[in-house]
Amino acid sequence: MRTPAVAPLKQNMIGTAIERREDYRLLTGHGKFLDDLDMPDTLEAAFLRSDFGHARILGIDTSAALELPGVVAVFTGDDIRPMMKPMPAKVGHPALQEMPRLPMALDEVHYVGEPVAVVIATSRYIAEDALELIEIDYEELPAISSTAAALAPGAPLAHLGAKDNIAVHAVQRAGDPDAAFAAAPHVLSGTFRITRGGGHSMECRAVAARYDTVTRQLVVWDSTQAPHYARNALANLYDMHEDDIRLIAPADVGGGFGPKAQFYGEEAVIPWVAMQLRRPVKWIEDRRENFISTMMERTQTHRIKVAFDDDGMLIAMKDVFEHDQGAYVAGLQVPMITLSTVPGQYKIPNIHTELYSCYTNMVPTSSVRGAGRPQAVAAMERMMDRIAEYLGLDPAEVRRRNLIQPDEFPYKVGIMFRDGSPLTYDSGNYPELLAGTLERLDYDGWRRRQAELRTEGRLIGIGIACYVEGCGLGPYEGAKARLTNSGEVLVTLAAAPQGQGYETVYAQIASDAMGLDMDYIRVTTGDTGRIPFGQGTFASRITATAGPAVLQACQALRARIFTTAAVMLKVEADNFVFRGDRICLAEDESLSVTLREVTQVANVGKHGITLLRGVPAGLETQAYFAPERAAYASGAHAAVVEVDPETGRITVLKYVIGHDCGTVINPLLVDGQVLGGFAAGIGNAMYEEQFYDEAAQPQTTSYLDFSLPSSMEVPPVELFHIQSPSPLNPLGAKGAGEGGTIPAPAAIANATEDALRSFGARINEMPVTPPRVAAAIAGRVPAAR
Amino acid sequence: MKPPRFTYHAPTAVEEATSLLADLHEDAKVLAGGQSLIPLLSFRLAAPEHLIDINRLPGLDQVERTGNAWRIGALVRQRTVERSAELAAAVPLLAQALASVAHPQVRNRGTICGSLAHGDSSAELPAVMTALDARMTLMSAGGTRQVAADDFFQFHLTTAIGPDELLTAVEFDSPVPGTYAAFEEFALRRGDFALAGVAATATFAADGRIKQCRVVAAGVAPTPLRLAAVEELLTGSELSASVLAAAQEAAHREVTPMGDSRADSDYRRHLLSVLVRRALSAVQIKHGAEQEGERR
Amino acid sequence: MNPEVSDEAATQVRVTVNGREYRAITDVRTTLADFLRHGLGLTGTHLGCEHGVCGACTVLLDGAAIRSCLMLAVQADGAKIETVEGLAEGDELNPLQEAFHRNHALQCGFCTAGFLMSVTAALREGPVETDEQAREVLSGNICRCTGYAAMIKAVQETSIQVHGNKAAS
Repeated sequence: MRTPAVAPLKQNMIGTAIERREDYRLLTGHGKFLDDLDMPDTLEAAFLRSDFGHARILGIDTSAALELPGVVAVFTGDDIRPMMKPMPAKVGHPALQEMPRLPMALDEVHYVGEPVAVVIATSRYIAEDALELIEIDYEELPAISSTAAALAPGAPLAHLGAKDNIAVHAVQRAGDPDAAFAAAPHVLSGTFRITRGGGHSMECRAVAARYDTVTRQLVVWDSTQAPHYARNALANLYDMHEDDIRLIAPADVGGGFGPKAQFYGEEAVIPWVAMQLRRPVKWIEDRRENFISTMMERTQTHRIKVAFDDDGMLIAMKDVFEHDQGAYVAGLQVPMITLSTVPGQYKIPNIHTELYSCYTNMVPTSSVRGAGRPQAVAAMERMMDRIAEYLGLDPAEVRRRNLIQPDEFPYKVGIMFRDGSPLTYDSGNYPELLAGTLERLDYDGWRRRQAELRTEGRLIGIGIACYVEGCGLGPYEGAKARLTNSGEVLVTLAAAPQGQGYETVYAQIASDAMGLDMDYIRVTTGDTGRIPFGQGTFASRITATAGPAVLQACQALRARIFTTAAVMLKVEADNFVFRGDRICLAEDESLSVTLREVTQVANVGKHGITLLRGVPAGLETQAYFAPERAAYASGAHAAVVEVDPETGRITVLKYVIGHDCGTVINPLLVDGQVLGGFAAGIGNAMYEEQFYDEAAQPQTTSYLDFSLPSSMEVPPVELFHIQSPSPLNPLGAKGAGEGGTIPAPAAIANATEDALRSFGARINEMPVTPPRVAAAIAGRVPAAR
Repeated sequence: MKPPRFTYHAPTAVEEATSLLADLHEDAKVLAGGQSLIPLLSFRLAAPEHLIDINRLPGLDQVERTGNAWRIGALVRQRTVERSAELAAAVPLLAQALASVAHPQVRNRGTICGSLAHGDSSAELPAVMTALDARMTLMSAGGTRQVAADDFFQFHLTTAIGPDELLTAVEFDSPVPGTYAAFEEFALRRGDFALAGVAATATFAADGRIKQCRVVAAGVAPTPLRLAAVEELLTGSELSASVLAAAQEAAHREVTPMGDSRADSDYRRHLLSVLVRRALSAVQIKHGAEQEGERR
Repeated sequence: MNPEVSDEAATQVRVTVNGREYRAITDVRTTLADFLRHGLGLTGTHLGCEHGVCGACTVLLDGAAIRSCLMLAVQADGAKIETVEGLAEGDELNPLQEAFHRNHALQCGFCTAGFLMSVTAALREGPVETDEQAREVLSGNICRCTGYAAMIKAVQETSIQVHGNKAAS
């Protein structure tokens, strides 16, 4: 392992902007992404995918494909029946109408892109040739291409076996919203349609597997965010013991953002094929497949109404929304998160949020960075602006009046969160966040400039969006810590990284926990063979869960090391310090032993000789941290935009992010997460949109139709942090992965509508694209001033 | 997304290339820069049995100037033209438009002629060459002919190039004195295909009226579209504010673009009309600036 | 490790990569990207889209930044190629790599090789000083992790180191 050439660091790693250990291999082209790994004699796979949104499979003829030189095998759903069990939803609900999701389609396909057959060949080139030789006889069926179509009376069924197209209908209530609306002085309604796209990690999905016929054990490499979840799914599908399947996320995974935290049919098929063929097999997804068969978030339609008084104080809120779940429920986390995120930072005594999660004939939806929160924030924040407009109040002031105050934590919202516990915000300072954001924006200055520039015919708008983010979710995360025989501390995380810098951050935490220089600490990740239990990297949860686990495991390891040292030095005291690789008695540092010497005694021992009394055998500890409930990060974004009324082009003139993720472990990495999240947020706000036609055929199937923001599209951001530590874990940490994304669409939509206020134009759809802006203006004459 | 099988040819003489085309006809596709063709192969939207790689043909990689006449050979990279200070000075429209074509990494391999042969009506170069009244040289085993840009682009991704023909060069003349040109396009992101684009050139008489002009729209029709009604309106007129407004209206009436989920037909039409006005406005500014310069 | 090559489609490709000569047999339809990665074992260059937009596959061919997914290996016969593996000076990161590291301009690292090669080509042409210029230089590659802010700094710092600081402020 090469460590970068940095000067030895003082203790107190937490809070320090350490440069990353991962970088050297990534900068020099020696990354270990799955398709970079040297796997000799590995066959390659290509999947044949459904061309129809909804169809019956009448027959499949693979004979011509099998004849092609270089093709080793072809499997259809029928061929893999022994392994065919439904893959259950990751997050369910008691009322869920769960339609079975099989690793490959059997008789009926439910979305364009659904795997129907797999070809195994000596190269991917040949495998793709073979795909063209497979003949499938389909009977096309009516397809559902939107939630509106799903819910229409007399709508055809997205699944022939279902009773209707509703996967789940769920309601959350607090107080008595109906009575509150009836009595309220003012009520305003809005309908908002928010579409998001895919995660579009630069590395697509990938899985490779090798079966050892002697040990009867399977090794699977999977570009996944959730190794243990995938391993458990395989053990269940194959009826194999969990310890006979070792699932490894390569040390380098090229981005995840949510879609790689799910479990897919391809992940079930490839290892099974490797077992059948007794040869290693790999499947490297290409971008076309990624567009049509990797899970994404898609469209939600929110019908929201708010009740308020003359001062703009919120009395009640009701939001009924439709969520496009896609052809199968891979997990309900996204809409369940939306359901409980709508109230946001505000005190709302009466709440009604209602979800219709709809089956459609498009690829299943699942979390993408933000995970249902951007949509909830958009609905609420748009209404806060509409309240301000209605009352003639400043939108910042309306928010200020309704914010939960710093002395009101822990704050019980009144409804449940998706982790099953009552929605309770642990800590935060929303007024300080908002004030800080507006000050750095120069809010008052821009309001003045807005008025001046309007007289020149320039359309400037200011938008604010505040949010809370439930993060640090349970049930638990785990870590082991071991002093290896070479005298190095090895921290083993169950979690798998995709660029978050775990090899560095957890070495920092371990270093602080032990008081040991980071140079003697190494971190390994994402391997079910090294640690039996884990959950995965998603929902901005790892710092708040794995962090405390590492802290606890390392503190316990430190105690064992010191105990051993005390015995070896024949002293009573346990007051030791680490100095480099030595364990020294604090009051007399000349009395010391080295880390290696300690391992010789406690780990290696002497064959047949009694262990020294008092020495704990084996210097390894483990800890699993289970948070009591979710922690709540928060933030406030503000944007200044200029709108070109002729083309609808939106230019961001200024953008400020106020962010609170509790204790900041590594400022460099946290800023990277927020700014990276912001780019994704801008993509959602202005550029990224997946389209399907009425036959549920995807219309955006390449980067020629789907726009990811480049450096030209992401505006500069001023970012500041406040730290409201969470009382829920010993580090006080919350999550930092999604705060940059969550309110960006709302902020841009608010700013755009503000710019067009003299037209009375309404921005009700996101992303806010030039054609939509032009349409909002079209036919509207600016009000005389 | 791996290309399908094909038989690969890399002729080293033009006669060899045309002879192959004569034999193979529609079974073959010509590979130059590859920036348009290879994605088609990777998506398997095209599966030609033969690929004729012309990158080894001699003599096609030159930009030649004879007086006011320019000739760009089939293997001249877009980046070469973009960086030619001489061409930029003589034919500013071309350099201006090239800055909007994808990104430098694509322009390093993509050829000027390749973009023309591909014939995407949303692309910049077909519209520019139509504005420049360029002539395409087509060579076959049977001889050579020239086709004017106005006739060269026939439909979506379809040009006048016959199945046995090779586009070997594009020729155009430096604009005559008193000519000013502008290129305007609107894309969602920098480097994307334009939702609409305009290449406009106008030659002014001494009295400030337009003697002749070409106003070409990209992305609103199956080919680059000469906006005849706009051109007629402009010819003989000064580019006053009212003429600009009238030109915008005329453009709006003249086009019937297809819409798609990203941008509907009304928006594209509206956008195109705005771009026409902005392009002509830019032309007027250049004209005015030069006039100012001359007066001093 | 070479994927299986059928006889009639086989071709020999000779290239110089990072100063070292290679000669290998490959299929005429193998892309340059796949040839570098699996034919020559230089896996630093990555594939993100295989249609020329994301830039992850960017390498330098005879000094020019190109998309290696949009070129056939056979077309590169006789060419001089530079990939990410050739940037470091022995064991030491070069100034651009150091600047990326220092500024945390990479997270998952998958797109990094492509960015390094695009920026290397741009810096050879001249300085990159302003934010606007840096954004332009970076605009031909896509990153989903970093949001580009750190890359802009890295490019500007490297430009000063390589070209000097013209705006002495």
